[in-house]
Amino acid sequence: MIGVENLRIRFGDVEAVRGISFAVAKGESFGIVGESGSGKSTVLRAIAGLNRNWEGRILFDGEPMAPQRPRSFFRRVQMVFQDPYGSLHPRQTVDRQLAEPLMIHGIDGIDTRIVRALDEAGLAARLRFRYPHQLSGGQRQRVAIARALIADPEVLLLDEPTSALDVSIQAEILNLLADLQRARRLTYLLVSHNLAVVTHLCPLIGVMQAGEMVERLTVEALRAGHITHPHTAQLRRLALELEEV
Amino acid sequence: MQLEIEDLHIGFPGPRGFAPAVRGVSFAMGAEKLGIVGESGSGKSLTARAILRLTPPNAVLRAKRLRFDDIDVLSASPRALGAIRGRRAGLILQDPKFALNPVMTAGEQVAEPLRLHKGLSRRAARAAAVEMLAQVRINDPAAVAHRYPHELSGGMGQRVMIAMMLAGDPELLIADEATSALDATVQAEILRLIEDLVSRRGMGLILISHDLPLVSHFCDRVLVMYAGRVVEAVPAAELRKSRHPYTQGLLLCPPSLMRPRARLPVLARQPDWAEVA
Ligand SMILES: Nc1ncnc2c1ncn2[C@@H]1O[C@H](COP(=O)(O)OP(=O)(O)OP(=O)(O)O)[C@@H](O)[C@H]1O
Ligand SMILES: Nc1ncnc2c1ncn2[C@@H]1O[C@H](COP(=O)(O)OP(=O)(O)OP(=O)(O)O)[C@@H](O)[C@H]1O
Ligand SMILES: [Mg+2]
Ligand SMILES: [Mg+2]
Repeated sequence: MIGVENLRIRFGDVEAVRGISFAVAKGESFGIVGESGSGKSTVLRAIAGLNRNWEGRILFDGEPMAPQRPRSFFRRVQMVFQDPYGSLHPRQTVDRQLAEPLMIHGIDGIDTRIVRALDEAGLAARLRFRYPHQLSGGQRQRVAIARALIADPEVLLLDEPTSALDVSIQAEILNLLADLQRARRLTYLLVSHNLAVVTHLCPLIGVMQAGEMVERLTVEALRAGHITHPHTAQLRRLALELEEV
Repeated sequence: MQLEIEDLHIGFPGPRGFAPAVRGVSFAMGAEKLGIVGESGSGKSLTARAILRLTPPNAVLRAKRLRFDDIDVLSASPRALGAIRGRRAGLILQDPKFALNPVMTAGEQVAEPLRLHKGLSRRAARAAAVEMLAQVRINDPAAVAHRYPHELSGGMGQRVMIAMMLAGDPELLIADEATSALDATVQAEILRLIEDLVSRRGMGLILISHDLPLVSHFCDRVLVMYAGRVVEAVPAAELRKSRHPYTQGLLLCPPSLMRPRARLPVLARQPDWAEVA
């Protein structure tokens, strides 16, 4: 469904992504973990069509994508940003931001869909007419998730989607994502620094460091410690330490 | 440094009446590491902001007592507040990129408190800022110092914010989800740095985090918030033995790397959870 071949991205002299490749089949989930600054968000933004300066190939549904995407692409592929404040419009209410993708794509039943999207994201109905600055951090993040889901996308690009959520709400969102994937064969590309979160949703994981994907492995291999790269081993060791409260 | 909060209430007037957000929070702390965990929307960030009186302008704030050492925060003059904010107390906000100044480079932002509060020359401050960026484990700090906030990754933004607050040598550091985008390796390094400041310089720390293992490993004491109240206060090491049903429920929710489950347990929230255990 989504493929990346030898993707390279630079900003001036910063080589943020140095030739990485991976593929995610329809209805599957692929997780990306790795060092801060290693290029994870940059990869997602390029796939989402938000950054047009890249080299290599980005495939969607088997077809190579041009840097400029057709409008239909933005209905089929949605992204949840790492920084929800940055992705929400500061002067629009939650209601307006949820209605917008529906209007753009000419989808009916706006009111019903908004009510359902808020409920699925665990947001109280009273938050519907608030502005982003009137919400807590976790509430903002859930609005961003609700907005990504509201127009029935096929692919979700999720950048640290639960990092601002307390673990009870995180559990609800992860269950929701799993249910939606089963029901609608959604494809997920998930970035998170939390190995437990990534392995919960994704059977395949890529580990990034300094713009390269230094290792790709299955969850089973990761659990069993069948690891080739020291960065993966280090991430695993620390995740294990933290699991023993 | 001694912080005392007694019966803090914060609420918002709205079209459908007054909406309370913080409902009677009390705690006191000194040079220790205090963790705050709790439900999203339970009032953690608002409580943290109230300490520096940085709550939104339309918020209604009252308390029996809100003291930072001998300063009464609620009646303090703008000047007295200025002496606390960013100087005696540093607040690392939950949305770092939003909190950073978009038209100043990372290096300039970290250098500013060094010039203003420590009286370093422009040049010395710039060098010290690069050193601070290295201490928060930013790779290639000299290059990153020249980047603007929109050119930083999420985790870099968080660390620039941390470096900026630590540069002011605060007596109290309030970190609101300050390491939530950082992987465990970097998180561990930054906490070590903070630990060092707590034990060597007697700094106090309020660590707001949804990461229960992190808080229980790192802090001395933990407050659990639910629906605007502190429903439980426990020694961090005994978080596992907590009594409140909300806290107990929380401990079951996180996914685990080694013990996978098809479905995660969720909480059936009860109205009486808003009561103190
Ligand atoms: N617009 C930009 N201009 C210059 N450099 C940039 C820009 N955007 C990103 N970078 C740089 O590219 C690198 C990769 O950034 P990216 O945001 O992809 O990292 P990340 O893996 O998502 O990290 P994190 O886990 O901290 O979010 C970083 O060094 C960052 O400073
Ligand atoms: N400006 C505002 N106007 C109205 N309500 C607000 C405003 N700011 C915050 N609130 C509400 O106050 C409550 C507490 O918010 P706060 O940001 O303190 O939560 P939090 O515990 O930090 O949550 P999170 O873990 O999601 O960051 C929330 O329900 C939020 O919607
Ligand atoms: Mg990122
Ligand atoms: Mg908050």
